[in-house]
Amino acid sequence: MQKNAYFKGLTIPLLLLLPQLAITIVFFYWPASQAVWQSFLLQDAFGTSTEFVWFENYTELFSRPEYFKALVNTAIFSTFVCVLSLSIALLFAVMADRQIRGAEIYKTLLIWPYAVAPAIAGVLWLFMFDPSLGMLARGLQSLGIAWNPRLNGNDAMILVILAATWKQISYNFLFFLAGLQAIPKSVIEAAVIDGARPWRRFWTIVFPLLSPTTFFLLTVNIVYVFFDTFGIIDTVSGGGPSGATQTLVYKVWADGKGGTDLGGSAAQSVILLIMVIGMTAIQFRFIERKVSY
Amino acid sequence: MAQVTLTNVKKVYAGGVEAVKGVSFDIPDGGFCVLVGPSGCGKSTLLRMVAGLETISSGEVSIGSRVVNQIEPADRDIAMVFQNYALYPHFSVYDNMAYGLRNLKTPKDEIDKRVKEAARILAIENLLERRPRQLSGGQRQRVAMGRAIVRKPQVFLFDEPLSNLDAKLRVQMRVEIKKLQRALGVTSIYVTHDQVEAMTLSDKLVVMNGGQVEQIGVPSDVYRKPASKFVATFIGSPPMNILPAHIDGPGIVALGDAILEARDLRQNLTEGTKVEVGLRPEDIEIASEGAAGTLPFDVEFIEELGATQLFHGKLSGLPFVMQAATDVVAKESKRLWITVDPDRVHVFDATSGARLGRV
Repeated sequence: MQKNAYFKGLTIPLLLLLPQLAITIVFFYWPASQAVWQSFLLQDAFGTSTEFVWFENYTELFSRPEYFKALVNTAIFSTFVCVLSLSIALLFAVMADRQIRGAEIYKTLLIWPYAVAPAIAGVLWLFMFDPSLGMLARGLQSLGIAWNPRLNGNDAMILVILAATWKQISYNFLFFLAGLQAIPKSVIEAAVIDGARPWRRFWTIVFPLLSPTTFFLLTVNIVYVFFDTFGIIDTVSGGGPSGATQTLVYKVWADGKGGTDLGGSAAQSVILLIMVIGMTAIQFRFIERKVSY
Repeated sequence: MAQVTLTNVKKVYAGGVEAVKGVSFDIPDGGFCVLVGPSGCGKSTLLRMVAGLETISSGEVSIGSRVVNQIEPADRDIAMVFQNYALYPHFSVYDNMAYGLRNLKTPKDEIDKRVKEAARILAIENLLERRPRQLSGGQRQRVAMGRAIVRKPQVFLFDEPLSNLDAKLRVQMRVEIKKLQRALGVTSIYVTHDQVEAMTLSDKLVVMNGGQVEQIGVPSDVYRKPASKFVATFIGSPPMNILPAHIDGPGIVALGDAILEARDLRQNLTEGTKVEVGLRPEDIEIASEGAAGTLPFDVEFIEELGATQLFHGKLSGLPFVMQAATDVVAKESKRLWITVDPDRVHVFDATSGARLGRV
């Protein structure tokens, strides 16, 4: 039973909300509305004239195969990063949840990668897998695996997936660990006495009870791979070779900054915006209701 | 069905803390054993060692003819009812009860038969499709019991199963647990800190304190002949009055000026030895003023309980309680003269607290 306190009138609540509202409006709604407005405009190459062109930027976008390629890249990239970072983090969390010596140190160390800036993380992985300098790349080559992310699009994709996954594992690990620790110990003990072996116990009891955490993390991870991986992609591959690792968000930047197609870039970001709104709505409407106990 | 035997069972935690300091007792097949004691006395740890949820540091636990120290909880053929029920929140009541049987790969129709049978016994047939959070505390308790009985285990383990229920429901469930255990005849170990539950449920009562067994026995014996001052004050409500005294002769103790006969008292004690005398509030009778073997009791406060009344006050300056029938007339701040049946005078060693006399 929750008790709410109410204010009379609107002045005090508005005043209390003002700082938050100001930040939201200045940093979120204003740029977003600018992007929407920009997406209906077309500028000439020198920025001297601007024309209102309705949906021309959008129709132009959908007629270009590169855009669909970026869409497919994003799908591959986000699926792999989400699945890998969630499952590896879950595995680590399950390990850390057991009462073992040194568990505290293990937990602390696992959190570190989260503190590394995306661009730095990208550079680290780039070095390790650099075809001529990288230790791991040399290892691969000595095993007879031809490895060159600078030339091979698949290699480049694998590399950005690895870097982006590595970076996100810590975050997911923290939430999974908290989720695991929130499961009452006696429920697990009841399952032990009910004769469920560890593997079966995990899939029939622990994993279902963890599902609210899993779905929360799924949403956060999708947003992460869609937007926050820009730094990693930029330092690791720069979207290349020949657009093999160009995701939707990277293309927004590349077209707007490099290609100086501000209208097209704005149209792409509006589409991204709609995608994220859609996914968040699905999360809140259906999934969250289904998984809460 | 099986006999459970504990032989010198110890639990030492990693930090060197000894939670259970060598406990031995056995429970006959079909017996109902209650472990009772204050919190931290090691009773739950002991139960969890029988369940296999805690490792046994030393000693032996056997169920039936099998030593189970190294056997997984699942293979010990036990079922446990937890304090907070520990139902699986994402399963229906039916699935909660069926889970253990499914893990054993029991045929489907057999599972169905057993779950329905348990539901009928516990009167929860209409709840089978519900989720635990849609149930009241008492209903959850029944489901937890149901989950234990469908397994048809050799031993039931109860870890304070009633402490989350309100007082009225607790009394009702207590009676039901006892009836159910009698009907099924399954050997049971029940942990509680509630001495009323302990007295009413058990046919073997184990009183624990500080990781050790203080007394083992039939509840009425534990009540009538407590082996130590701890047991004497722990079992019985309101608790036994304890008063300092000294030995005044064979079978005689002196409380200040008053002399009391204690028939159970060991005869060979030196006169003047300091002891403590225990008198149960319900054993005290009102006597006529100044008669031999009577004690002066200054009533300060009267508590009406309906069926009886409690007189609180001072006896030779120390707090004292007596229970009286409702027709006894007393007034607050008046002196009463009381006496006790010599068979019901308990004498304990002043330092060790051990009973000085027959147990």
